[in-house]
Amino acid sequence: MLSPAILVPAVLNGLMTGAVYALIALGLTLIYGVLHIINFAHGALLTAAMFAAFFANNVLGLDPYLAALPLTVLFFALGYALQRFVIGPAGHGDDRNILLVTLGLAIVIENALLVAFRADTRTINLPYAFDVIEVGTAFLAVPRVIAFAVVVLVALVLWLFMRRTDTGKAIRAVAKEKFGAELSGIDVGHIYAVTFGLGTACVAVAACLLMPTYYVNPTAGNAFVLIAFTIVVLGGMGSVAGALIAGLFVGVVESLSGLYLGESLGQIGIFVMFILVLLFRPSGLFGERA
Amino acid sequence: MRAWAPIAIVVALLAAVPLVTASNVVLNFMVVALLTALVGQGWNLLGGYGGQYSFGHAAFFGTGAYATAILQVRYGVNAWLGFAIGIAAGAAVGAFIGALSFRSGLKGSYFALVTLAFAEVLRIVASVAPITGAGVGTLIKLDLRAEALQFQSRVPFYWIILGLVAVSVVIMRMIEDSRFGAYLVALRENEDAAKALGVNTTLVKLAAMTISAAIAAAGGCFYAQYFLFIDAGIAYGPWISIAALLAPIVGGAGTVFGPLLGALVVKTLGEATKLVAGDAPGLDLVIYGCVLILIVAFAPSGIAGLLLKARQRFAALKSLRPEPPHG
Amino acid sequence: MFRFSRVSRRRFLQSTGLGAVAGLVSAPVVSRAQATAVKVGILHPVSGALSYSGQQGRLGATMAIDEINAAGGIKALGGAKIEAVLGDAQSTPDGGNAEVEKMNSAEVSAIVGGYASAICLAASQTAARYDLPYVVDVGVVDSIVTRGLKNTFRFGPGFGVIAKTALDNLVSINDQAGKVAKTVVIVHEDSAFGAGLAKLLNAQLPDRGFQVLATIPHPTPTRDFNNVVLQIKALNPDLVIPADYYNEYVLLARTMQQQRVRPKGIYSVLGGAASSYKFVKEFPEAAQYIMDCNHWFDPKNAKAIDLKKKVEGKGEFFTYEVYMNYSCVLLLADALERAASADRAKITAALESSTFAGHVMPYGPTKFVNGQNQGAAPVNTQVLGNDIQVILPAAFASAKAVFPMPPA
Repeated sequence: MLSPAILVPAVLNGLMTGAVYALIALGLTLIYGVLHIINFAHGALLTAAMFAAFFANNVLGLDPYLAALPLTVLFFALGYALQRFVIGPAGHGDDRNILLVTLGLAIVIENALLVAFRADTRTINLPYAFDVIEVGTAFLAVPRVIAFAVVVLVALVLWLFMRRTDTGKAIRAVAKEKFGAELSGIDVGHIYAVTFGLGTACVAVAACLLMPTYYVNPTAGNAFVLIAFTIVVLGGMGSVAGALIAGLFVGVVESLSGLYLGESLGQIGIFVMFILVLLFRPSGLFGERA
Repeated sequence: MRAWAPIAIVVALLAAVPLVTASNVVLNFMVVALLTALVGQGWNLLGGYGGQYSFGHAAFFGTGAYATAILQVRYGVNAWLGFAIGIAAGAAVGAFIGALSFRSGLKGSYFALVTLAFAEVLRIVASVAPITGAGVGTLIKLDLRAEALQFQSRVPFYWIILGLVAVSVVIMRMIEDSRFGAYLVALRENEDAAKALGVNTTLVKLAAMTISAAIAAAGGCFYAQYFLFIDAGIAYGPWISIAALLAPIVGGAGTVFGPLLGALVVKTLGEATKLVAGDAPGLDLVIYGCVLILIVAFAPSGIAGLLLKARQRFAALKSLRPEPPHG
Repeated sequence: MFRFSRVSRRRFLQSTGLGAVAGLVSAPVVSRAQATAVKVGILHPVSGALSYSGQQGRLGATMAIDEINAAGGIKALGGAKIEAVLGDAQSTPDGGNAEVEKMNSAEVSAIVGGYASAICLAASQTAARYDLPYVVDVGVVDSIVTRGLKNTFRFGPGFGVIAKTALDNLVSINDQAGKVAKTVVIVHEDSAFGAGLAKLLNAQLPDRGFQVLATIPHPTPTRDFNNVVLQIKALNPDLVIPADYYNEYVLLARTMQQQRVRPKGIYSVLGGAASSYKFVKEFPEAAQYIMDCNHWFDPKNAKAIDLKKKVEGKGEFFTYEVYMNYSCVLLLADALERAASADRAKITAALESSTFAGHVMPYGPTKFVNGQNQGAAPVNTQVLGNDIQVILPAAFASAKAVFPMPPA
C-alpha cells in the first residue's frame, strides 16, 4: 500500500474531496464564529440546495456550475430570512433554545423535501462527468478538479470580503465583541442574518459542486455534517483560512486512513484526530484561544 | 427540606397506568417515553444542572446496551447481573471521557463536540469489531423468563423502567438538596467564580458526568432487554444523543421533572402528528418540527418553566399582591 | 405527490372522530349483506433513510390488495375485502415495534413487510407476543427464521441460500468461459446485510477455487469511492464482488467507469443497483455487463409482466421491493382463502402448510420449514443493452451470460 502509484492519487483524491468538505465547513464556521450557534440544520440546507441544483438542471436545463450563481443568491436570501425571522426570534438568544430551533428546522426541511420530492435518489448525468485529467498514475475526474478550483476561489473571495469590506469588518466585530459592536452602531440582528445567509450560500455552492458526481435524496446532506463539524474545530471556529486548510487536511487524512484501515474503520482517523485536537489544541489551527 | 410529595404523587400516578389500561399500544408508548425520560435524566444532570452540554450521550447508552447484550450472548452471564455491569461500564466510559475532557479544560461547544466525536468513534468501532457482531449486530435470544429479564407481558417492563426513572428522580432531588448540587449549579452559573470560592470544579464535573453516564447506560441496558436486538447505529447513533437532550430542554433543563415532562410531550407530539398527517410519508415529521420550534419559541424555559410561571401568576392573583418581578 | 388512498383516508377520518359523524350521515337505507373486511397490516419504512425502498414495498403490497379486492375479495369469507392498515416504521426497529402494537390493537389478522432486517427482527418478535402471523417481505438475515418463532414466515430467500446460489452460479459461469477468473475483491457495506454476506463469501470462495485478494468494507452512506477504486486498480482482480445498497453501488460503478477500472467481470451478490432498471436507465455505460445474484421476478410469468407494465405505467421503477411484497400479499390472501377465516391461529396454520403457486417469483415449489420458504431462491441477472436479462438458472433464463466483459 505504500507505493507512490497509490499514495499520490490517494492524496490527490483526498485534496479534492476535502475541498468540498471545506466549503461546507466554511458555512458552518462562519455561523459558529459569529452567532456562536451550532447549526444543526446545516445538513438539511445542503440537501435542499442539492435538490435545487438538481431541478435547475432537470427542469431548466442549467448546468450546475452555471446554476451556482442564482442559487447562491437564492440561498443567501433563504439563510438571511431563516435567521432573521425564525431562529433569532424563536431562540430568545439562549444557546439551548437556538440548538433546538435548528434541530427543529433540520427535521422540517428534511421531511418537507421528502413530502415534496419523494424518497428516490436523483442524479444528474453530465456529458463531461466521466472525463478525466491524467496526472502520472492518477486519473482526476474533471468535475472534482473544477470543484477544487472553485472552493479555493470562494474561500479567497470570502476572506477578502471579511478583510476589506465594511460588512465583513462589521461581521468580524460582532464575532469578537458583540456588545461593543452594538455600541458602535452596528445592527447586530442584521449582521447575524447576513452571516447565516453567507453560511447558507456556501452550502449552495457546495451543492452545485457535488451534484455532477454525487446524488441527492432527502437524507443525502446528513452524511457531510459530522465531518464539517470536525473541520470547523480543527481549523478554528470562525476562521475562513482555517476551514479551507483543515478541510483539505481532513480530506487527505480520510483518504489515507481509508487506505490503511479500510473505509469503515478509516473513518475513525478523522474523529480520533478531532478528539486529539480538542484535547490538546482546542483553538484549532487558526482560531482564537478557547 | 423540600417536600418529597410531588415525586411520590407523580410516581404513584404513573404506576397506576397499567392498572387503568390494558392497551399494549399505550403501555408500549409509555415504556418508550419513560426510557427517553431516563436517558434525558442522565443528560439533565450534566447539561441542565451542570451546564455542560453533551452531544454524545449515545456513548453511555450504547455501552450499557452492548455490555449487557454481549455478556449474555457470548458469556452466558445472567441478564440482571449483565444489567448492573452495563451500568458500571457506562459509568466508566463517562468517567474516562470526562477525565480527558475536563482536565483539558474543555467547555461549552468544544465539550459538546468532543462528546459527539467519542460517540462516533465508539459507533465506528462497534460497526467493525467482531465482538459486537460488527455490522450484523447482536441479537439476544428470546427467553421469556423473569431470570432472563424478559417478560411475556409489557407490564413488568413498565414497572422496571418506571422504577429506574423514579430512582433517577430521587437522585436528582437529593443532589439538588446537597452541597454537591450547589457546587454543580454554581459552576454552571460562573465557573471562574466557583473556582475562586474553592470549589474543585473539575472533580464536581467529573462526578456529575459519571452519574449522568450511569443513568444513560441504565437506559441502554433496558433497551437491549426490551427490543432484544442492537447494532452500532442503534446503540451509538445520533438518534439517542438527540433524544437525550431534546426531552430535558423541552421539558425544562435543570429541573427534577423536566426530562419526564419533555419526554412525554415530545413523544405525544410525535403520535399526534402521525394521526393528523395520515399516511403521507414525512408530513407528520414536518408538523412535528414546526411544533417543536413553536414550543421553544413560546416556552423558552421549557414546559417546567411555563408551569412555574403559571403557578407564580396564579399565586400572585390569589393573594392580590402585585406580581413579583420576573428574573 | 403522496398517495392518499381510500383506505388511509378512512383511517384518518376515524381517528379524528369525523368518521362517526360521517357514518351516521351515510347510513344506507337498504342494507346489503357485506362481509366484514379482513384487516392486514402493511408495515414499511416509508420515511427516514430507507424511505425509497419502503415506499416501493408499500406500492407492491397495496397493488396486490387492490387487485384482490377488485377480483371479488376473499371468496371463502363471502367476498370480504382486504383492508390495509398502513404503518410507517420510520426506518428504525422501535418505529416498527410501535406500529405493530398499533396494528395489533386495530385487530389485524396478519402483517406483511418490514423490509430491513433489523426492523423485521423487532416487528416479528412483537407480533409473536400476540400470535400474529408476520410475513417478512425482504429482510435476508438468517436469524429472522432461526429464532423459533412460530408466527414468522419468510417467502423470499435468506443469506445462506443467496450466497450458495451466487457461488454455484459464479462457478458455472466461470467454468463455461474457461475458468478465466481466479482472483476476487469483495466490496461490501458494513451493516447486517453486507457484513453477513461478505463473511459467507469469504468462507466459501476459496473452496471453490477463487482467491480473495481483499475484502473492503465501507459505511452507508459513503461519500466517495475513489480510494476504494484505487485499491481495486492496484490489486487488479479478475472479479469485483460488490454487496451494497443502491446509492453506494451506483457511486462505485460510476467511479470505476471514471477511473477506467474494468475487471473481467463485476459480479454482485445482492448488489443494490446491479439489477435496477433505474440504474440502467440513468447510467447505461456504467451498468453494462454487470451481473447480479439477487431477488428478481419470473420473466416468463404473465402476471409478472402485467404487473411490470402497471407499475411502469404509474411512472415507477419495477424494483424488487414491489414484486416481493406483491407476492407476499398474494401468499397471504391464499392462506386466508384456505383458512376460510380471519383468525390468526388458522392463518398461521394455513401459511405453514402453504403450497402457493400463484406468485410472480422464480421459485421452486412453496414449502415452509421453520418459517422459511424452501423454494425461495435468487436468480442471476446481467445488464445487456438497455435491459436486464436473467442468465441463470436455465429454467428462467432469457439470455446467455456475457463473460468476461468485452473491452471498453
